Amino acid sequence: MKTPLSPLSRCAPPALAAVFLLTTQAAHAHIEHGEAGGFASGFHHPWSGADHIVAMVAVGLWGAQLGAPAVWLLPVIFPMVMAMGGFMGLVGIPLPGVEIGIALSALLLGAMVCSEARPPLWVAAVLVGAFGLFHGHAHGTELPPGENGLLYSLGFVIATGTLHACGIALGLVHRWKSGRAALRGAGAVISVMGAVFLWQAIH
Amino acid sequence: MKPRRLISRLAAAAALLLLLGPAPAQAHLVTTGLGPVYDGIGHFLLSPDDVLPALALALFAGLRGPRPGRLALFLLPAAWFVGGLAGLFAGTSTSFPLTPFSFLVLGGLVAADAGLPAGIVAAIAIALGLLHGFLNGAAIKEAGASVPLELTGIMVVLFVLVALFSALVVSLRPPWARIVVRVAGSWIAATGLLLLGWALHQKA
Repeated sequence: MKTPLSPLSRCAPPALAAVFLLTTQAAHAHIEHGEAGGFASGFHHPWSGADHIVAMVAVGLWGAQLGAPAVWLLPVIFPMVMAMGGFMGLVGIPLPGVEIGIALSALLLGAMVCSEARPPLWVAAVLVGAFGLFHGHAHGTELPPGENGLLYSLGFVIATGTLHACGIALGLVHRWKSGRAALRGAGAVISVMGAVFLWQAIH
Repeated sequence: MKPRRLISRLAAAAALLLLLGPAPAQAHLVTTGLGPVYDGIGHFLLSPDDVLPALALALFAGLRGPRPGRLALFLLPAAWFVGGLAGLFAGTSTSFPLTPFSFLVLGGLVAADAGLPAGIVAAIAIALGLLHGFLNGAAIKEAGASVPLELTGIMVVLFVLVALFSALVVSLRPPWARIVVRVAGSWIAATGLLLLGWALHQKA
């Protein structure tokens, strides 16, 4: 049985919080400019386009459908190859048809989820890796100037991994029959979105 | 009031105090007001280009088992200190992009769960400590701080970091938990690759 709190005990925490809220100094964090902004900017970037979001979530969904070892291998391969694409974009190595490649990634990865495709592991890895290259290249050529490179890169990679983790978490419904149907439906939606992106990229 | 409830309330109040009463923070070189040892600790903890390679080494040593973990625990701080002293006397930092390579190599080793013997893990710990310690020493000297004491702070925090993370990884039993560690390594390696591109982009 809980002991009732005295009025003083009830009032003290909110009063203390109010005092500190009203007397807080301005926090001048990081005298080096662009650091906090670098992380936030990098973290925001993968979330900035629906084409990137659906493709990365699809990687997680497909990995969850395929089970071990693909469930961890695909989300490892995608950021690594994506970083390679980002490197190419940063140093100015051209990659033709980037937008088409990104649209195709949503289209095909959605189709894989929709059809519950189970190709050999190396085929899945090559497919995911190839698409990661296009996504990374697009990000590498769009990096804003004046940011802290390390924190931007960290935020960028963590956001990408978070999107995969979201896909894997959603994909856990695969263990139930209705969940499997829902996943296939989600794959179909992603695929249709990919087709729209492809249409936009071509025209 | 029960002691556990009292403790949890005191902890919550302390957390509230810390959250709501921020003092101006000054990164690089950090002045904590608590002396050079704490300045060194603050400097290290606010430098992700030092923290992440050390973390990756701790994860890698932990993946390899207790003996490599123990070797890294003592060798990394010691080598960092020696490298820091060398940086103090040399006094100039290098323009070589060391950080991206540290991220790439160590993150790649963690991601691959490379089966290297304990001696190689120890050699990697020494190399990492000497190189990053050298840069730390040079940077601290340029800032005119008390180098040996700042380096002592860095050594302490390195020891704690390696002890905590390598022990954590050594204790992991479920296969998926070790995979999570490898995924973290792949993220560090991916960050290193992007950072290398960034460094080359800025030079061009």
